[in-house]
Amino acid sequence: MIDPSHIEDGTEGDDHPGDDRLDGERLPYQLRLFVAGASVNSIRAITNVKHLCETYLAGQYWLEIIDVHQQKQLAEQQQIIALPLLVKRLPLPERRLIGDMSDTEKVLKGLGILDESV
Amino acid sequence: MNPTLSRDSKYPLVALPKTRTGIAGLDEITGGGLPKGRPTLICGSAGCGKTLFSMEFIVRGALQFGEPGVFVAFEEKSEELAMNVASLGFDLKQLQADKLVKLDHVRIERSEIEETGEYDLDGLFIRLGYAIDSIGAKRVVLDTIENLFSGLSNQGILRAELRRLFEWLKEKGVTAIITGERGDGTLTRHGLEEYVSDCVILLDHRVDNQISTRLLRIVKYRGSVHGTNEYPFLIDEDGISVLPVTSLTLDHDVSAERVSSGILALDKMLDGKGYFRGSSVLVSGTAGTGKTSIAACFVNAACLRNERCLYLAFEESPQQIVRNMSSIGLDLQSHIDQGLLTFHASRPTLNGLEMHLIAIHKLVRELKPRLVVLDPITNLVTVGSMSDVKAMLIRLIDFLQTEQITVLFTALTRNTIVQEQADEGVASLVDAWLLVRDIESNGERNRGIYIMKSRGMKHSNQVREFTITDEGVDLVDVYLGPEGVLIGSAREAQQLQVETGVALRDHAVGRKDREIERKRLVLESKIASLKEEFESVQEELNKSYIEDELRKEILEKNREQLTRQRHKEE
Repeated sequence: MIDPSHIEDGTEGDDHPGDDRLDGERLPYQLRLFVAGASVNSIRAITNVKHLCETYLAGQYWLEIIDVHQQKQLAEQQQIIALPLLVKRLPLPERRLIGDMSDTEKVLKGLGILDESV
Repeated sequence: MNPTLSRDSKYPLVALPKTRTGIAGLDEITGGGLPKGRPTLICGSAGCGKTLFSMEFIVRGALQFGEPGVFVAFEEKSEELAMNVASLGFDLKQLQADKLVKLDHVRIERSEIEETGEYDLDGLFIRLGYAIDSIGAKRVVLDTIENLFSGLSNQGILRAELRRLFEWLKEKGVTAIITGERGDGTLTRHGLEEYVSDCVILLDHRVDNQISTRLLRIVKYRGSVHGTNEYPFLIDEDGISVLPVTSLTLDHDVSAERVSSGILALDKMLDGKGYFRGSSVLVSGTAGTGKTSIAACFVNAACLRNERCLYLAFEESPQQIVRNMSSIGLDLQSHIDQGLLTFHASRPTLNGLEMHLIAIHKLVRELKPRLVVLDPITNLVTVGSMSDVKAMLIRLIDFLQTEQITVLFTALTRNTIVQEQADEGVASLVDAWLLVRDIESNGERNRGIYIMKSRGMKHSNQVREFTITDEGVDLVDVYLGPEGVLIGSAREAQQLQVETGVALRDHAVGRKDREIERKRLVLESKIASLKEEFESVQEELNKSYIEDELRKEILEKNREQLTRQRHKEE
């Protein structure tokens, strides 16, 4: 039911309008972090992702943080089960990382910053 | 559990509220359905019908009980699921459009997911909560939630989250079904039974003698009495039907009404009125003794009374039976055309005994016949052992008697020893037992019928000869001759003899009269010939006498002449 094209559609009309977004979409790293409200895991994940991005991808990434509680229909559209969920939309291939992103090495591998074979 | 106690107490005892599943038979075993507002675990090995079971729960809830439902599929895609159940007449697309059912396919692929620390299943909670709220669902199915275990590796988190999920479902007040694949020695592979403890139903698919039977068992039902047996169930074009086996009591209503057997002389043997309505009748006999004909006569009579009949044929096709019975003057086709008679022919090996039983149940519920015929029950032995068949028939008779349906079984016996036939067990269950036998003597084979038993009525103890002719089936009074009971052509000969006895005697008398007459005639002719002889002798004698006279006259004349001449010469 859900294919990648739908994912694009599903977020097109989201409330992130403005030039920021248009600018951000030109950046090489397109990241989206889904969280569930202000749970412990959510807060930890946000902190960890922000920290990693600033450390390794400064100026090259666009991070969108979405609270699934606010947009419940997204859960089905995006095949969300476990939270927090970090989706790397670009560069391809798309990757999905779950957890509070405390395992830095795994996150970096998942984002393609660190070579996976290492 | 003291009733006075409950009445006096401030809070009266409230029975566990239940949600009807709408699955035929299941609500009877569970005493009203699944526990309302609680999760139920349905487990079983692959292909035992878990998904279908839970889908039927959702669809029936939406259609029959006005309870919308959410179906979360962890295995099949929504489209596949819709296609799979379309064969049962469930239009999921329409149901979804009507906001009665919501399908959600949860796809989880371990290779696509990297675990990077602590996480929870909030996503699933939000997703499910949203689905429930969007249609106001009262029912939820999670099929098969165990797939999460293959998608996510952190068992500790998963288990804690599942426990939380089931608690959350209870809080939501939805009646949920959680399916689980059967594990080795455990009910489910990942021990879901630990979390879902209110009601556990086990589905099984067993193959015995190459015949498969689906079985359902309620392993546990907290706070409710339930049937504990293994109940066979059937999946067909109407979905699942579970067979609630016997009611264990024997207290069904009985009827004093009598129904004709369709054979006048047989009715006479049965106290002049025939069988009781709602009773069970067994007709047994060796091959070719006319069991089917007796059954067909009964059916024919019932149809002529405008009663609906169901004929379950396990040996012949309906066309065959109709053709064969038309040869003895029974027009079954017209009853079929009028919709009074329904044939259901199936090979016994088509499915297991239980399946046959369920099929019969379904047909009976559907058609509501007054008479059911099973022809012959002995063929069912090819599917199960004798005791299985007996158990099945007990249940069938029980069911039919509570519905006040008369049932007639035919049974093929391979020998003529009564004791061995009784071993088949059915004989003790039925209310009336007719035995049709071959009686062989004088180089011919005849049929004899007698009533082994007939509960609750006077019945003839006589063996009757049973004849099948173009005009139908009839019983002939046996003929008692000087040499004992006579049957067949011996009887006819004897009858002929008696009828012609008088004629023969008359004939004999006549012959003696004629003999005398003949003797008289002979004598008379003898007398006549003797007379003739006498006359000819007399004539002969007279002739010589006349000649002598003539000669004497002539000599006299001659002498005179001579004398005269002499006188002249002188």
